[in-house]
Amino acid sequence: MPTSPPKVGLFVTCLVDLFRPNVGFSAIKLIEQAGYSVDVPEQQTCCGQPAYNSGDVPTTRELARQVMTAFENYDYVVAPSGSCASMLKFHYVELFKDNPVELEKAQHFAQRCYELTSFLTEICEMKQVTANFPHRVTYHDSCSGLREMGIKQQPRQLLNSVTGLNLVEMKESETCCGFGGTFCLKYPDISTRIVSDKVANIHHTDAEVLTAGDLGCLMNMAGRLSRTGSKVQVYHVAEILADMTNIPAIGEAEGE
Amino acid sequence: MQINSPQFKQRATVALQDMRLQKALSKAKGGFIDKRLAAISALPEFEALRERGKAIKQHTLENLDFYLERFESKVIAQGGKVHWASSSEEACQLILEISRAANAKVITKGKSMVGEEISLNEALEADGFKVVETDLGEYIIQLAHEPPSHIIAPAVHKTREQISDLFHEHHQQYGLTQKLDTVPELVNEARTVLRSQFLSADVGITGANFLIAETGSTVIVTNEGNGDLTNTLPRVHIVMTSIEKVVPTLNDATTLLRLLGRSATGQEMTSYTTFTTGVRREGELDGAQEFHVVLLDNGRTTMLGDEFKDMLRCIRCGACMNHCPVYGSVGGHAYGWVYPGPMGSVLTPLMIGLKAAQDLPNASTLCGRCEQVCPMKIPLPTMLRQHRINAYEQDLMPTRARWALKIWAYLAKRPALYQKLASIKIGILGFLGGGRGSFRYLPFAGAWTKNRDFPAPQGKTFMAQWKARKSA
Repeated sequence: MPTSPPKVGLFVTCLVDLFRPNVGFSAIKLIEQAGYSVDVPEQQTCCGQPAYNSGDVPTTRELARQVMTAFENYDYVVAPSGSCASMLKFHYVELFKDNPVELEKAQHFAQRCYELTSFLTEICEMKQVTANFPHRVTYHDSCSGLREMGIKQQPRQLLNSVTGLNLVEMKESETCCGFGGTFCLKYPDISTRIVSDKVANIHHTDAEVLTAGDLGCLMNMAGRLSRTGSKVQVYHVAEILADMTNIPAIGEAEGE
Repeated sequence: MQINSPQFKQRATVALQDMRLQKALSKAKGGFIDKRLAAISALPEFEALRERGKAIKQHTLENLDFYLERFESKVIAQGGKVHWASSSEEACQLILEISRAANAKVITKGKSMVGEEISLNEALEADGFKVVETDLGEYIIQLAHEPPSHIIAPAVHKTREQISDLFHEHHQQYGLTQKLDTVPELVNEARTVLRSQFLSADVGITGANFLIAETGSTVIVTNEGNGDLTNTLPRVHIVMTSIEKVVPTLNDATTLLRLLGRSATGQEMTSYTTFTTGVRREGELDGAQEFHVVLLDNGRTTMLGDEFKDMLRCIRCGACMNHCPVYGSVGGHAYGWVYPGPMGSVLTPLMIGLKAAQDLPNASTLCGRCEQVCPMKIPLPTMLRQHRINAYEQDLMPTRARWALKIWAYLAKRPALYQKLASIKIGILGFLGGGRGSFRYLPFAGAWTKNRDFPAPQGKTFMAQWKARKSA
């Protein structure tokens, strides 16, 4: 443990900010448990992905600069999302590849960026968490986290240390859930078909709880589960690891 | 081939409701994915092979003029001829001229996606030639008057029952009276009918998987042997292919062949791998007396110099579409032209124009699985995004989406304002939710709530809670 703990800046992500603050507070709790001090720079809104994936590079660059400036003074930048973390770590560098000064800044920034569970396991060397969740749980591998950030074992390792938790693998856990950011709004029928396949695979596991590392995917799957009358509950992986599952699951009403 | 890409959305909706198509798709999907995985798992050096394959293609593309000229000189030395076509029209014209000069009546064809790209069948039939597709899948869709829906399995969208019906309808002229039920019966029926066509053909047209610069050979892979009968029996053999298929040496081709079969069908090798080198030599028992290679550009040399260069590494294995959740949901016809799936969504806008094919690069979740399985490591998601960037720059985005993006961007660049408004908006949503957990309907979010509930926000925004906590 370092004598003066390194400073972590939490990149909240826009979806967590708007729809599930509990994920942000869960992340803070976990990082603090690991012995680091966490702050949340207020000059943050979104990583820029909606603009980037819509082809609007100028706006994306402006948002990237805003994020990099907001997190200038932190040793680490941690996001409870593989998708946003990947945007920060890999795509900002792409955005500035034609400008040597900004490229260097983006590269320096990229080195400090982590997704939450990989930060906990790889940087904090956390082996286990203090949480209790006596349920049968299945984990969905969100695409960017899996394929760009290499997140696969990190969340599973930590989930397996949760007291009472029984982790079961679903078929095709690495197949996209059909969220895809604005994709699900532009092509709702195709998205529905993809998420329906995912829901079928979730049900085959007989899991009581679905979890993943990205709120977008979770809201998509929770929305479909809820629409089809499923009893499967949905929590972000940070909420389970931080033992902060004492609130209704995503999309679930009080006392349901 | 008719261009239907502008109707992607409508075609996708139809496809999603077509139960027979959905059945055919789900059956095919698992097969392709599992077989590929088994084949590459059995080959520890697969990853190294991918790197080698990529390097071969990159080197060739950087020296494309050199290798193409070398290929041409070797073809000529073997008694053949190379024809250069800059456009689809030119390519069709060249083939028409060769076929007319050969006094051809019947033309047999091996499967060729470049043939589909240039609408070759339409051109030949309009000129009075009888064209017979000899690849079973291509034969089936020729009977059905449909375009292919997959680059290596053109009739993958058809169920066995549909094929049985097609044969029953079209083969009565050959004496077929009853409906055939089993796959072997159907294959035998096609084989019998096609055999007589092979023997009567004057010209055989095949594609090429690779062209070998050091020998002037063309290479095709098939599982039916139809390619061999197409290129050895008729007097004239025409290879209709495109310029990026060239590789320097025989050795290079074998490296790529090891990647191709495994990635495409999970086979170590296809049943037939045929190298054709020039015309029939003296004393040889078979082979064409005339050997023509038509090399198509159709926009490929432009790609060499722009951000889509990596796409020219594609060896047409189809792994990207086999693993694509969107292709797996809607099938190939929804894409509206020759090349479907991720590789098609990159290529089609380059060949028919971004405006007409605008939906294709957008209809992707950018999940990245295509790049993960691509044997040539083509950064498909990056190129799909590049099309979106180009569309944005060319002002092709629908007005409503553009304005939504503008308003969002205005706010996202002003954190204080953004947080204030977010806090109000989320407060209203939370109030409307009233502890319900999920919305079954939300104004302005109909696309989401049509088939999904919208999880209600938890309460105050994170930022509002964080600020309150810090000042407390």
